[in-house]
Amino acid sequence: MYGIDGFHLSIPQLKFEDAEKVAIIGPSGSGKTTLLKLISGIIQPQYGSISIEDTVISQLSDAERRDYRISNIGFIFQDFELLDYLNVQDNILHPFRITKALKIDVQTKARVEALSQEMGIANKLNRLVNHLSQGEKQRAAICRAMITTPKLILADEATGNLDPRNKTKILDALFRSTDKNNATLIAVTHDHELLDRFDRIIDFKQFCEGEGI
Amino acid sequence: MIDSFYLAWRYIVFNRVKTITLVLCISLISFLPFSLKILLKESEHQLMSRAITTPLLVGAKGNSLDLVMNSLYFSKEKPDFISMKAVEKVMDSYLALPIPLYTRFHARKYPIVGTTLDYFEFRQHNIADGRSFAMLGEAVIGVDVATQLNLKVGDSLLSSPENLFDLAGVYPLKMTVTGVLKKTNSVDDKAVFVDLKTTWVIQGLGHGHQDVKTIQDSSDVLSQSDKLVTTSTKIKQYTEINLDNLDSFHFHGDPSIYPLTAIIAIPQDDKSATILRGRYLSEQKNKQIVRPKRVIEDLLGNIFQIKEFIDAVVFIVAIAMVLAIFLVFSLSFRLRQKEINTILHLGCSRGTVVQLIAAEILIIAIFSGLLCFSSLLVLQNFQGEIVHKLFIS
Repeated sequence: MYGIDGFHLSIPQLKFEDAEKVAIIGPSGSGKTTLLKLISGIIQPQYGSISIEDTVISQLSDAERRDYRISNIGFIFQDFELLDYLNVQDNILHPFRITKALKIDVQTKARVEALSQEMGIANKLNRLVNHLSQGEKQRAAICRAMITTPKLILADEATGNLDPRNKTKILDALFRSTDKNNATLIAVTHDHELLDRFDRIIDFKQFCEGEGI
Repeated sequence: MIDSFYLAWRYIVFNRVKTITLVLCISLISFLPFSLKILLKESEHQLMSRAITTPLLVGAKGNSLDLVMNSLYFSKEKPDFISMKAVEKVMDSYLALPIPLYTRFHARKYPIVGTTLDYFEFRQHNIADGRSFAMLGEAVIGVDVATQLNLKVGDSLLSSPENLFDLAGVYPLKMTVTGVLKKTNSVDDKAVFVDLKTTWVIQGLGHGHQDVKTIQDSSDVLSQSDKLVTTSTKIKQYTEINLDNLDSFHFHGDPSIYPLTAIIAIPQDDKSATILRGRYLSEQKNKQIVRPKRVIEDLLGNIFQIKEFIDAVVFIVAIAMVLAIFLVFSLSFRLRQKEINTILHLGCSRGTVVQLIAAEILIIAIFSGLLCFSSLLVLQNFQGEIVHKLFIS
């Protein structure tokens, strides 16, 4: 349970399986993004607990939660959230540069090569992100989320800013990448035409009405 | 830490215009007080070192600062002239040794200082190459003059006419360089020294010309008596003094009224100095005797008063600049709030965010410091010339 400034989110129980692809839908302000923040440990529940495999996220200290998040969870944002002053390669490696928990080594660089190859942006690694198309930017953002080989991918409207053709392509790339790592994907989305590709759909509207999940 | 600096560096390179502007602002505001301090220290050194070693100066009544600046630093402001009688008066008093100075003329942009050989002894100057001037038209030049004009012993140097359109005025005199002074680290390095009489030749008080007795064409002689021969303008006037025509050079009028700009008076002792000063105070209505040290101390007092005012202004500007820089950074971080949130969402600690920002500030500070330091080094290299241009010439 989590609440702030009149906003109230109460989830009795919610469980995700390994390698499951879950879509979360619902009206704006229903708490979809809050759920992603709770799962990743950015915010803490006021009651209850959150666990990923054997780790109880809600019982970790701030520093432990940050280290866990950066090493085990990949985040993909609607606006890509790439840093315009870094080139694509540096953006992908960014998680390694902002924490002591991760170190850049030869394997990391090889993984950047492989991921960018897989996403079709290998020839754009040295370009500043301003010089990329919207689709390329989101591919770079996916590479950044996948670089640490996380077991959990949280995508917050990852296809929201893309045209229909790019949406399908990006989702293909995301599914391919999560399948390869056997990772769980929890994606907040408003694109109802893409829902049939997910294993499960959680509608927060229904949830907000108090019917539970 | 290295990663923080790497990211900060990438940010700075990407926003290079903003960074350069910031670096320039910080450097400038840091440079100003330091540069002012350096220049004032150098000006104090330059002005005082020469003033201390010059006990007394005699010159025409008027602005004592002009008299001191012209006599000690050969500045462009010329005091009114005094005559050679003043030298005789000091000499006859037996209280001080007089060294006359006449600094009216220039050769190229360098002052021609008409004086006696006592001047070199008094200033403890030695000749690095060649010898002192011994006859009319010979010159000893400072080391900077030699370097800048590429002159050596045996070369010639023309005096500059005072006014290009004054056809009846001062004609250029071709002077022969007989010696180059050792470096003195004073204005003497930038001066041309000649015998006093040479300056009077430049002025036209003395001249040399073809012997009227040897004129072949009788039409050139307009009138002739036992004492006076009047010739036409066709007679040859010498613009260079050499051994062949030296004897033809002569002066007209009473030498005791020939002009000088000042006299350096070197008293026997403190008592002689006091007596001499007393005589000028009580007897001389159109002349003054000054102690250069006192005049320069007054000047420096004024300069330091101005410095205090400038310091206060710089301090206020610095505060305004610091506030502006703080505003720039805080606005920049507000604009980058989304970026900071993203980094935090990815798993970065607030400490690392602070480290990133600190790295950016540190890099900007280092660049500003380096720019300020290198500018100060350049200033230090040219401080002598800058001070000379700002405070002396």
